[in-house]
Amino acid sequence: MTRSDTVPTPATSDAPGLLTRLLRAREAGLIGLLLLVTLGTAAINPLFLGAGSVRDLLLNVAIIALLVVGATTVLVMKHVDLSISSVVGLSAFLTGSLFMAYPGLPVPLALLFGLALGAALGSVNGLLVAYGRVPALVATLGTLYVFRGVTYAVVDGGQINASNLPAGFLSFGTGSVLGVPNLVLLVLVVMLGFGAYLGSWRGGREYYALGSNAEAAVLAGISVTRRTMTGFVLSGAIAGLAGVLYLARFGTVDATAGTGLELQVIAAAVVGGVSIGGGVGTLLGAGIGALLLGVMGSALVTLRAPGFYQQAIQGALLLGAISVDMLVARRAARHLQAAPERDRRTK
Amino acid sequence: MKTLRNLPGWETTLALLVIVALLGGGLLSRDFLTTQNLSFLTANFSEILLMALTMTLLVIVAEIDLSVASILGLCSAVLGVLFAAGVPMPLAILASFVAGGLAGLLNGLLVTRLGLPSLAVTIGTLALYRGLAFVLLGDRAVAEFPQAYTNFGFGTVPGTLIPIPIALGVALAILTAVILHATPFGRSLYAIGANEVAARFSGLRVERTKLLLFVMSGLMSALAGVVYTFRFASARGDNAAGFELGVIAAVLLGGVSIFGGRGSVVGAVLAVFLIGLINGALTIVDVSNEILTIVTGLLLIGSVLVPNLVARVQTARQRRTSREATVSP
Repeated sequence: MTRSDTVPTPATSDAPGLLTRLLRAREAGLIGLLLLVTLGTAAINPLFLGAGSVRDLLLNVAIIALLVVGATTVLVMKHVDLSISSVVGLSAFLTGSLFMAYPGLPVPLALLFGLALGAALGSVNGLLVAYGRVPALVATLGTLYVFRGVTYAVVDGGQINASNLPAGFLSFGTGSVLGVPNLVLLVLVVMLGFGAYLGSWRGGREYYALGSNAEAAVLAGISVTRRTMTGFVLSGAIAGLAGVLYLARFGTVDATAGTGLELQVIAAAVVGGVSIGGGVGTLLGAGIGALLLGVMGSALVTLRAPGFYQQAIQGALLLGAISVDMLVARRAARHLQAAPERDRRTK
Repeated sequence: MKTLRNLPGWETTLALLVIVALLGGGLLSRDFLTTQNLSFLTANFSEILLMALTMTLLVIVAEIDLSVASILGLCSAVLGVLFAAGVPMPLAILASFVAGGLAGLLNGLLVTRLGLPSLAVTIGTLALYRGLAFVLLGDRAVAEFPQAYTNFGFGTVPGTLIPIPIALGVALAILTAVILHATPFGRSLYAIGANEVAARFSGLRVERTKLLLFVMSGLMSALAGVVYTFRFASARGDNAAGFELGVIAAVLLGGVSIFGGRGSVVGAVLAVFLIGLINGALTIVDVSNEILTIVTGLLLIGSVLVPNLVARVQTARQRRTSREATVSP
């Protein structure tokens, strides 16, 4: 606390540099891996970098990347939201039903509907975790079941097909601006917005404070319940939006839509350096994590690896990523322990 | 954080709920309380029961294993592939236990040696093991197992209508309960779950214990895999996909704290039966799967939320009475 003894010495002045270097090394390492996989695959099969396949890849990654935004917000708080896949399914189906009832519905209204529905579902999680003191793992595991059950009840064996959807919505799903698919643009906008929010805004920084040390956050005057609530509402809203995009991308939705997405999303975030222990992680890293998983998946398809290998490799990659993450974190921690002063300066 | 679940009453509540579920099922349909139906019904959750036993121990030491159902699938695939290749059945079964043990060992090593959170590790191995199951079997299914083995899955204990898998599960539950509640090893799990640092300082071998528990969890999933394969006479890569959620739901509903240090085998077993019976009762009156899913989710949430809310109301009331006591002369 006393500032008098922090005489700048070479050691203290290069400390933030080292920590930043460590963190940067992670994103740089991911980008390096991304390039390696992309160029390696393209060398074997040049079609991998063809316009069509890149477009497909980006569209596939877009939905995961969008969900990763919400997952990161929640993970940074040291919570987890397992219910997002069920929110995606319900939102996709209800948006489809809405289109069947009102074929003239403008696309922005559909997106708003998804956001609002997702926010409502997310607030259920928020109430349970923030006010009911139910651990997030338990609460969102429960709502994963409940929301999926509601979806089954609503869908009732039915299905939404592309033929039920208005042309305007489908062309939004397949359309692009200057060659960049609409969905990708939309996701990029959300990511940039949230990146700024989490990175620089006071409210955004509070998620990190809460995840690093909840008691200290309380002492710092952060309203933990309100912040937790907001985080889950945002995560739900994003999942609701992702549901609308899911519908736009695939056109066909049944009661199982989105099943299992939650694990892919958490995997992407963790590969991208978001710590499951809270307080650590950036949207840039998480986005790159999603892209890397997507690229690896599509590289396997291009290289004609049997589809069955894909899941195993994804799992192995996740294990590798969290192991590296832990080693980096340990090195950083050891460094910080050696000089507590530096910690204060870099934070 | 004194809540209702600290009281031994939670198991009693669960036991009462099990009876209510049985009676309710009987009221809903006269076919429900037939031994035939109950026998068939309970066999249906025997795999969940088996995996819930070791999951209880893991959650008590504040760890979790999300990969159990994937290990089940992997072991089922190992069994199927070897059997299809002409390996004698006892050897194929042994091999699937080795696979399950190794899968658990990898989980345990990553958690204890590298110090990784088990939630993250087992999300990874959930994908890895399921993927390996598909690598082994693709979307093929191996069926046509010798009847002597499939009888094991379908059969009942001679002279009764208790399904063999459930008898096995209950026997192992008793064994697990004795280990957990009556041996120094079992008691040490609570100490580790309640305060790992303190446990380490008091000389408990935390890492070794956790490693052992993960291996046990792998072996139990292998056993569940063998039971599942013979019960359905089908080895498939996607066998029991998604069962991990059912297992965890049962363990948490059983009163085992997700933060470790609290819970009992009896509670977990009762919760498995409760969820299974409710599902069975609702199925027999043609309540759709969707409602069953919702009920499972609500039970899970309610099991934590209700005690929390009761505790909050109690503290609020205590605070008020103490304030009134100080205000009034």
